[in-house]
Amino acid sequence: MEDKKMAIIATKGTLDWAYPPFILASTAAALGYETQIFFTFYGLQLVRKDTSGLKVSPLGNPGMPMKMPFGPKWFRGINWNIPNAVQAVVPGFESFATVLMKQTIKNNGVATIPELRELCQEAEVKFIACQMTVELFGFEHSDFIDGLEFGGAATFFEFAGESDICLYM
Amino acid sequence: MNFDKELDARGLNCPLPILRTKKTLNELTAGQVLKILATDPGSVKDFAAFAKQTGNELLSSTEAGGEYTFFIKKK
Repeated sequence: MEDKKMAIIATKGTLDWAYPPFILASTAAALGYETQIFFTFYGLQLVRKDTSGLKVSPLGNPGMPMKMPFGPKWFRGINWNIPNAVQAVVPGFESFATVLMKQTIKNNGVATIPELRELCQEAEVKFIACQMTVELFGFEHSDFIDGLEFGGAATFFEFAGESDICLYM
Repeated sequence: MNFDKELDARGLNCPLPILRTKKTLNELTAGQVLKILATDPGSVKDFAAFAKQTGNELLSSTEAGGEYTFFIKKK
């Protein structure tokens, strides 16, 4: 089991898509996998010091239930079917949806992203940020958390080429 | 059942019960037993899978009133 390896490519920079790479990486590490995550394009948002920019957008996402995380049970059960056309023109709609999502996460005993990220690092999951996209988006190395390495596609393949599981997210 | 340490993972959701268990097992020595309390219904399958893959032995897995109790013996 010591030899098993998992490689993940994280490309999305929203609060909902921040979960799969960190959940799978931390769990893999707990199961004894040597694990690496390569953060590229919008995935870079997941390793910034400041995670307040991670939001959810119900816009164009018919799979996302819009339920209130407070109030009596009958009220929580309502799925607010708000048309895209309305969501798109209401200022701050994404921030509002994000606040609701964070409360739902808390109510359900689900870890926060900074918490899961820290658990990954404690378990020695290796984080690699794509240097090309760091420059493309005008980020500085100081924008990112400690313990991050910067590299390119070839750096990723060095590990991914020997992995048992390789996931693109 | 006798145990050497207890972990309260009630109220926590996937993957936290497994991550805390792994961390707590690191503090034990081989042969010692960890008792885990959880409320996540997914933890029943997860603890069996965790034990199978890590070689730590799942001595028992029980449910009572929406609460799950696991005993794991460290490899």
